[in-house]
Amino acid sequence: MSDVEKVLVRVRVNGEPREALVEPRTLLVELLREHFNLTGTHIGCDTTYCGACTILLNGRTTKSCTVFAPMAEGGEIITVEGLSENGKLHPVQQAFAECHGLQCGFCTPGLLLSTVHLLSKTPKPSEKEIHKGIAGNTCRCTGYQNIVKAVRAAAVEMEKR
Amino acid sequence: MYAHPFSYHRAGSLLEASKLLQQLGEEARLIAGGQSLIPLMKMRMARPSALVDINFISGLSDIRRSDGQLRFGALARHADIEASEAASSIPIVHDCATGIADVQVRNQGTIGGSLAEADPSGDWGAVLLTLDTSVRCSRPSGERTIALDDFFKDAYTTVLGHDELVCEVLVKQPPAKSGGAYLAFKRSAPVYATASAAVQLTLGDNDTCKDVRIVLGCVGLMAIRAKEAETVLRGKKLDEKRIESAVEAARVAAEPQDDMRGSADYKRVLIAALVKRAIRLAERRARGEQVEAGHEYVGR
Repeated sequence: MSDVEKVLVRVRVNGEPREALVEPRTLLVELLREHFNLTGTHIGCDTTYCGACTILLNGRTTKSCTVFAPMAEGGEIITVEGLSENGKLHPVQQAFAECHGLQCGFCTPGLLLSTVHLLSKTPKPSEKEIHKGIAGNTCRCTGYQNIVKAVRAAAVEMEKR
Repeated sequence: MYAHPFSYHRAGSLLEASKLLQQLGEEARLIAGGQSLIPLMKMRMARPSALVDINFISGLSDIRRSDGQLRFGALARHADIEASEAASSIPIVHDCATGIADVQVRNQGTIGGSLAEADPSGDWGAVLLTLDTSVRCSRPSGERTIALDDFFKDAYTTVLGHDELVCEVLVKQPPAKSGGAYLAFKRSAPVYATASAAVQLTLGDNDTCKDVRIVLGCVGLMAIRAKEAETVLRGKKLDEKRIESAVEAARVAAEPQDDMRGSADYKRVLIAALVKRAIRLAERRARGEQVEAGHEYVGR
């Protein structure tokens, strides 16, 4: 443990106010996993590459391994735990399940958030826009074909709502 | 991975940020988007004793056009620039903003931070050196505006004083019949480019190339102005032979090193190909054609 002064970080996570007193070097992903016990957000590479730690911070996808927790002060955070409503899967989750858009599932939380963000900006994405929208999320199982299919299916489903 | 411990300080204004840097000493660093600094700190390649966070200063993210200039607040995120209609008026700026790393990084990373970090593989340095760009900076003792040509000193080093920070990036709107293109080749979206070429030119009478700037990225300790290559083209018709000579001059100007992204020889071949295509694309855009350019990677 270092002797630097700890910082109180107050955020809203999936609509709930949360706070923790942390060392400034605590990463946002560690704040979520270690302090708030929200382990749905994964740590893959821990080097700003793989996107497994992707969350929404103030409506924008962010690699939570590349934000120090105090930088998120006052922020509105959505993690994979916040996607379903009243026990019902979010349409993006449903589409990933139906299209087999995952195999081992490690990258899935990040991909779900990236897809939610993409469809919020671009409700009817072209193939190219889908590729670009999920380019910051690495999947080592699927080869991406079914992920792209799932994004397309989610776009159609969300259009109906 | 944990960074070396540091104390954290949130600045409410630019002046407060400068004063904090003064008080905290030479080992303190500013943090904006953090997309370059945080990875360096996690790898312990940077170990600041204190961070001064400027993300909570309001009014630093504006992107606007005024007096023939594009003006970017230091905290304008790459994604804001990508989405900005004003910024799209200079296509090479849009090429850059839309392809830096991936969506997540573009959502956080800032134009001011990118320039101040002076990463040899940074995209903005190479692109903005092809335009008339200046950087407005402030410190408690006053303000100054520095031409981007004079801003970078070395890899990861600028002329900024320890308590001095970037507040605004100013880009002069190019004259009529101008066009530019930025081509960056990378192995996948999140990584730095293996090599990149930025070309901005203005056509004169009889289809001659009235003015041109060619900058090479990722093939040296800083972005490299290929001035010899520019001289080959300036005032001349852009025919095949001339372009080949300019490309050869650019290839010679590059100073690539062997690394995990490729051998020096490979990067010379790559930079030549990118410069050639970027000149052609810049020329077509100068004629008013709508053509695509930007970052290229597998799966794009």
